[in-house]
Amino acid sequence: MAAAAAALRSEWTKIRTVRSTVVTLAAAFVVTVGLSALLCLLTNHNFSEATRNATTPFDATATSFGGIILGQLAVIVFGVLVMGNEYSSGMIRLSLAAVPRRGVLLAAKASVVLVLALVVGLLTSFVSFLLGQALLGSHSTTLGAPHVLRAVLGAGFYMTLLCLFSVGVTAMLRNQTLSLGILMPFFFLVSPILSAVPKVKTVARYFPDTAGRAVISVYQPADAPYGPWTGLGICALWVVAALLGGWLVLDRRDA
Amino acid sequence: MIELHELTKRYGDKLAVDRLSFAIPPGVVTGFLGPNGAGKSTTMRMILDLDRPTSGRVTIDGKHYAQLREPVKYIGALLEAKAAHPGRSAYHHLLWLAQSNRIPARRVDEVLTLVGLQEVARKRSGGFSLGMGQRLGIAAALLGDPRIVMFDEPVNGLDPEGILWVRNLMKGLAAEGRTVFVSSHLMSEMALTADHLVVIGRGKLLADLPMTEFIDRNSRSTVRVRTPAPEALLDALARADVVPRRADDGAFEVDGGDAAQIGELASAAGVTLHELSPQRASLEEAFMRMTAESVEYQAGAEPPPYGGEPLTGPPPAWGADWQERWGTKQKKRES
Repeated sequence: MAAAAAALRSEWTKIRTVRSTVVTLAAAFVVTVGLSALLCLLTNHNFSEATRNATTPFDATATSFGGIILGQLAVIVFGVLVMGNEYSSGMIRLSLAAVPRRGVLLAAKASVVLVLALVVGLLTSFVSFLLGQALLGSHSTTLGAPHVLRAVLGAGFYMTLLCLFSVGVTAMLRNQTLSLGILMPFFFLVSPILSAVPKVKTVARYFPDTAGRAVISVYQPADAPYGPWTGLGICALWVVAALLGGWLVLDRRDA
Repeated sequence: MIELHELTKRYGDKLAVDRLSFAIPPGVVTGFLGPNGAGKSTTMRMILDLDRPTSGRVTIDGKHYAQLREPVKYIGALLEAKAAHPGRSAYHHLLWLAQSNRIPARRVDEVLTLVGLQEVARKRSGGFSLGMGQRLGIAAALLGDPRIVMFDEPVNGLDPEGILWVRNLMKGLAAEGRTVFVSSHLMSEMALTADHLVVIGRGKLLADLPMTEFIDRNSRSTVRVRTPAPEALLDALARADVVPRRADDGAFEVDGGDAAQIGELASAAGVTLHELSPQRASLEEAFMRMTAESVEYQAGAEPPPYGGEPLTGPPPAWGADWQERWGTKQKKRES
């Protein structure tokens, strides 16, 4: 127990004493809140135009999370950096010499990331929502409306899960650049594009980001194969798989 | 005490460490010597459980590394310079390490002062010179006030002042009763610091003996004599029971000879000498002879100058082949 507490403390120090990790986490907040606010402002000003082709009712909640598409990239970078810094700097050997039980090291790292990402994620989602609603004016909704609180909490959970997913993937790949090179294009380009292609779309629905984002929408698409919480659950399964894979690689491979 | 039992590491079809067995004696400086690529770093990583042995095992006071509680307090290791995040300050680099093993934060300042980095403690380690990076690595090794310290090529890239500092530090640590295990590919460096010597080549143990013994065996002096009248000289020397050996270039060499005595014998017999010079084989040469056949990438295609056929069959006990070679060499000299 003492060893685990010591490892947690040490991992927290590692994160807070490097500028890049602190900056990316702050960027996740700024980008999401800023871009969402901008989207809400524009939507409010051009409301009839913005909702002309909509098939579902206007989702004021999801609109106030519009910036998450970019903000999530910062969260992913944060997750990659936390794990990848160990490999890019060669520090992993010192870390494992200090904490030879590799599962403890990875668990400590993932736990600190979980707490930090959750705090920042929830802060981001609530600020993003409240600011967004204020800017949406007459089209806004409230936390008390049906499913809205679920969506706001879900947005925070979603960012946390993506962050942990990145930690797991980086632990598997053991390379910061490679992880960024795979995760960034995947979440920014591949997944959104595949989600728009007919047929492939059904598979893309089970990608971690698409599944996880179901929780953010108050109104679910009519043909959705799963509910919002199940979607987040699918995303969580991806995270478990990635972390498990990361642990196996860390445990089996020579450092 | 660190003990290696039949430690073996195979990468694909390449045997990096081959049934290595030796013990690192406590309280002294043990030099771990071998040419580049001999498997020194791999062995050190296996001691720390960073690389998993293909077979065999390493124990530290009877325990596996992963069984040690708060291992930084037990073994301090410098594996590579600059194993620190370039954006993190020297202080914070040591702080996370201290926290991971519940070492009080004030110890961080102590070791920073000890290695002379207190002035730059708050600076990012990315801007450090190689020497400063090496000092930071040494500070990390000493952080837990460990009984055992392990340094992999600690003087690499250091300026003469830094080398002297590391040398004195290692002697000081051993004087405090700590076990120091230090690798190097330079015999001359080890001769100055190590009390005990472990030599490996191509992953195999070549020698495991006290430094003094190595020096005694290898620093025998030779006297070179050259004369236009070899027969007269040989007669004169034979009368005094001095046995010379013909060198390749027509000169003679007397192992363990005394230049003054030989000069006087020649003078008494009226033999003209063109050369009379005491020679001392350096430890570096002795080391190179020992490892010549195990050097991985040899320049030129000449057969190894030392030793015979590669070993076949079950390998002998540690050091046996080395001792055997020594035996034959001694016999050659005696004959």
